[in-house]
Amino acid sequence: MRCIPAKEIIAAVFEAIQYISYNPDPELHKFLVNALQYEQDELARDAIKAILENHKLSPANRIPLCQDTGTTIVFAQIGVGICLEEPLTESINKAVRDAQKSLPLRASMVQEPLFMRKNTNTNVPAFVHIESIPGDSLILEIAQKGGGAENTSFSVMLNPSSESDEIIDLICSKVIEAGSKPCPPIVLGIGIGGNFELAPILAKKALFEKLGRANSIPEYAHMEKQIVERINKQGCGVQGLGGKITVIAAHIKSAPCHIASLPLAVNMQCHVHRHTRVEL
Amino acid sequence: MRIFELTLPLNIDTIGKLKPKDKVLLSGELFTARDAAHKRLAKILKNGDDLPFDISKTALFYCGPSPAGDGQICGAIGPTTSYRMDRYVPEFLAAGLRVMIGKGERSAETNSIIRQYHALYLSAIGGISAVLSQHIVSCETYLWQELGTEAIYRMVVDSLPCYVSIC
Repeated sequence: MRCIPAKEIIAAVFEAIQYISYNPDPELHKFLVNALQYEQDELARDAIKAILENHKLSPANRIPLCQDTGTTIVFAQIGVGICLEEPLTESINKAVRDAQKSLPLRASMVQEPLFMRKNTNTNVPAFVHIESIPGDSLILEIAQKGGGAENTSFSVMLNPSSESDEIIDLICSKVIEAGSKPCPPIVLGIGIGGNFELAPILAKKALFEKLGRANSIPEYAHMEKQIVERINKQGCGVQGLGGKITVIAAHIKSAPCHIASLPLAVNMQCHVHRHTRVEL
Repeated sequence: MRIFELTLPLNIDTIGKLKPKDKVLLSGELFTARDAAHKRLAKILKNGDDLPFDISKTALFYCGPSPAGDGQICGAIGPTTSYRMDRYVPEFLAAGLRVMIGKGERSAETNSIIRQYHALYLSAIGGISAVLSQHIVSCETYLWQELGTEAIYRMVVDSLPCYVSIC
């Protein structure tokens, strides 16, 4: 057994949150630099330049990239050969609390959703998904996700006879309907299959994949390409100001499902694409 | 792209000169209010009481700032999604509000009532907090500190970059 001290996990999660709160995703930064070569729309160009300027100023002035500093999401893979001093979620929540207080980040979590909506003032609890894997490593995929893009996300239980074209139509219409609310240019995480709760988890996991990677299954890769191209022809553009770039990439993740089911979930991600991977 | 340098409060003539997609560099005193503060302000109006500040002379900025670090005027500043505040717009316009700053489209009803009142909805770019924070001259909690980031903050801004969405 390999034992990982809690303080090591807390320090690693804290460091990850700190890094992604102030430093842009390098792939997304490259995409936007390149976008200035072909985006002609004057307002969209103005907005892209402001985003790129923000990428420089945020780490330099130590102001978070976005005022919605997000809620913490962790996909953890724990090797069967690992032993922990305390439940992993406890260590993660300690790091989230430390980060909120000392960076400082905005406190954006309420304790109860409907009646009191009292702020926890700590950003705790984080959303933690744990998976058991072979070996003795601990892998943490960590994201800080804002509320605007999360609010435009959706899931639906489709008829299993649905064709891929119908799914593309549905996704395109929902993204176009969302307009500038999720802060485009956006990344789409798409979960197809699984069940009622798995599809949205797949959609969220898909956001962690390398930006713009093509799906290894050609049919899904084709869908991803279609979705990006069709939405980008609709003219919403950067922050709804127009132009050619509403969606940067669409990533599909699929999973086995019941013969009667075809779950679909789409998780939208704003251009402040804060995510990282830590291996302990 | 037409660019206007404007200082709050804005009068009806100034708003009348603007068109969608104009860029506005906004200066002056404004107040932040997002979901929880809107709920409380609406309750005050419903009770027939006076609002805690003159909303006809300022702008409401749909914004929940992040806390300022040591030596900083403010933390991260930026707009939240405006449609969540749509339900309050008619009564706030009736109470004198003329300028709103947020991000994202508004409902058809909200579009039409904003135009009916010759009011102005400005969009700021989301997720450029370090850029926007450079335009903040001062930022202090004005009311309802217990709401944390959802409290009302009084801000003085200098050339805050926005785009005209509805006017």
